Amino acid sequence: MSGALKIELGRRYRFSASHRLHSPHLSEEENCRVFGKCSNPYGHGHNYVLEVSMSGNVDPATGMIANLSDLDAFVERQVLDEFDCKSLNEDVPVFHDRVPTTENLCIEIFERLKTFPKAKLERIRVQETGNNSFEYAGDNPEGNQS
Amino acid sequence: MVLLTRKVEFAASHLYHNPNFSAEENRRIFGKCNNPHGHGHNYTLEVTVEGEPDPVTGMVLDLKELKEILEREVMQRMDHRHLNYEVVELAGQIPTCENIARVIWQLLEPKITQGRLHRVRLYESPDLFADCYRNGAGAAGLS
Repeated sequence: MSGALKIELGRRYRFSASHRLHSPHLSEEENCRVFGKCSNPYGHGHNYVLEVSMSGNVDPATGMIANLSDLDAFVERQVLDEFDCKSLNEDVPVFHDRVPTTENLCIEIFERLKTFPKAKLERIRVQETGNNSFEYAGDNPEGNQS
Repeated sequence: MVLLTRKVEFAASHLYHNPNFSAEENRRIFGKCNNPHGHGHNYTLEVTVEGEPDPVTGMVLDLKELKEILEREVMQRMDHRHLNYEVVELAGQIPTCENIARVIWQLLEPKITQGRLHRVRLYESPDLFADCYRNGAGAAGLS
C-alpha cells in the first residue's frame, strides 16, 4: 500500500518587502483605475509568507524527503536573501519591467526554487496578507491539484 | 465529491538517530534533533476524508465517529508519548514528519469505512509539515 502513497514536505518562510503596482504601459489615470491605492508612487509593504511543497522518496536512513538544513539554505540563498527587507520593484531585476503582483512573485519564486537538487518542487503558495494567497505549480499537473 | 477535515493536536517527544551512522554523522545530518535526551513538539494533525454526502444525513461521515477513530488510533498511541520508544508502528524508523504522517495514514486508512481517507497533514510546527495522500489524487484539503 505504501507504494501507492505520495509524501510531500511543506515548509513555510517569511519575508517582508515593499512593492508598487504600476505599469509603464498604462497612463497615470489607467494605473490609478486598475491598481488603486497599490499604485501609490511611494509603494507599500507586506509580510509575505512563502509555503514550499517538495515531494520525493523518503530516505529510509534519514526518514526525510530532503534535509531541512539543505532546503532552508537553498531558499535563503535563492529567495530570502534577495527579497527580504527589499523593494521588489527596485531591488529585484525581474520586476524592473514586470508588475510585482503576487501572481508574478509566485512565478518568479517558483522558477528560482525548481532547481532544488534534492527533491521535486510540487508547488508554492505565497500569502500576501491573511486574506490573500496565491499558488503556482509551473507546468506540473499534479502540483496544480492542490 | 466533498472533502471534510478534522483537526486534532497531540504532544509528543522524539529524537533523530540512526544507529547505522557514526555519532559524528548523526550530529551532522540531524543537527540538534540528534540530542540523545530528545525534545518535543505540539503536533497538529489534519485528517481529510472524501466522499458524497449521504442523502438522508447530509454527512460524508459522522464526525463523532471520525473523532473516535482519531482518539483510538492516534491520540492513545502518540499523545504524551515518546515516538521513538513507545509507538511500535514507528519502530526502526526515524520519527520525522514524513514518516509519522505515513504511519498515521496506514493506521487510519482501513478504519475509515464511510467515505475514503483523502489526505493526512501533520504539522510539527506552524512552519513545517508533511502531507500524505494517494499517488495521483493531489494534496487538496485545508491549508
